[in-house]
Amino acid sequence: MAIKIVKNFFKRVFLGIFKGKKEIKLGFYGPPNAGKTSLVNRICKDFTGEEIGSVSKIPHETRKVQFKEKVEIEFKGKKMTFKMIDTPGIATKIDYEDFLKFKIKKSEAKKRAKEATQGVVESIKWLDDMNLVVVVLDATENPYNQVNITIIGNLVARKIPVLIVANKIDMKKSDIKKIESAFPEYDVVGISAKYGKNLEEFYESIFRLSKKL
Amino acid sequence: MVSKKNKLGKIKGFTIQFLPYSEIRGLNSDERIRKILGIVLGNNILLLQGRLLPEEETRLIGDTMAMIEHVKNFRGIELAVIAGNGNSGFFGKFRRNFANAISGGDLGAVTIVGPATIVKEIKRNPKKIELLLNR
Repeated sequence: MAIKIVKNFFKRVFLGIFKGKKEIKLGFYGPPNAGKTSLVNRICKDFTGEEIGSVSKIPHETRKVQFKEKVEIEFKGKKMTFKMIDTPGIATKIDYEDFLKFKIKKSEAKKRAKEATQGVVESIKWLDDMNLVVVVLDATENPYNQVNITIIGNLVARKIPVLIVANKIDMKKSDIKKIESAFPEYDVVGISAKYGKNLEEFYESIFRLSKKL
Repeated sequence: MVSKKNKLGKIKGFTIQFLPYSEIRGLNSDERIRKILGIVLGNNILLLQGRLLPEEETRLIGDTMAMIEHVKNFRGIELAVIAGNGNSGFFGKFRRNFANAISGGDLGAVTIVGPATIVKEIKRNPKKIELLLNR
């Protein structure tokens, strides 16, 4: 009996200690070519020295879910550990002929399209595993896109906190206000993943949302 | 005039089909998605009264992706949900209460689904919605 009490006591103490250091599964979702991998690369490079995947102007460069575990982000003297999960862009249509414009061979384009369709399915499957999701949108594109609304709707239905990132604010055509007005109930942080612009505000929002988990 | 005719001539035949919500109310998610994709694969643009649940919308996208691999010349779908019928326009209600709009059913909404080979883009902003067709 006494052994059992001691055992339970240690169990509680250790669980309490490690509960606070739990790894937060941070997913990056969005349409293709919004800059999800660019953003994850920047974060991973800053805090681990390594990037997570390749980036390209050709849509659907990321066709498999890729992740990096135990990424410790330090911001204003505080530390949090994340599992960074970079997902393939979600789309409702994929046509191999669209890739031919980028001077890719037909066989390669068809292969890319096939992998991209599988990537979308994989992204959707991973939705249930996330603790927190960053929806990365291209600030130069029209935000009133059903894919964006569907992703956010699914996260709300699953009660997963969302942060909307308006990427590519370095570009002239970018319009954060349009994204803010499309999603008035969410925090929208404008960044440039390519140039590392405004990442302070991004980290601040991530830490604030993580604390609520 | 002749050149205009020629351009229009490139649009292949399609039908716009309206489906009242009562037609899918009694169906489970599998059956709903199958019905919708069946209509779209028949080269129809579907106007569905109401909207799907968020999980069903992602399921529709996922099943569409699987179909691209298996159905010849199928490239996917264009999808848009027009929610809300308040005084502040198409997206007024959506803006005020996103949570309500995603609850599924919502008979004030209209879901547009078309094959990507016919519907190039469903362009929308808070003021208007445009259905752009492939030529």
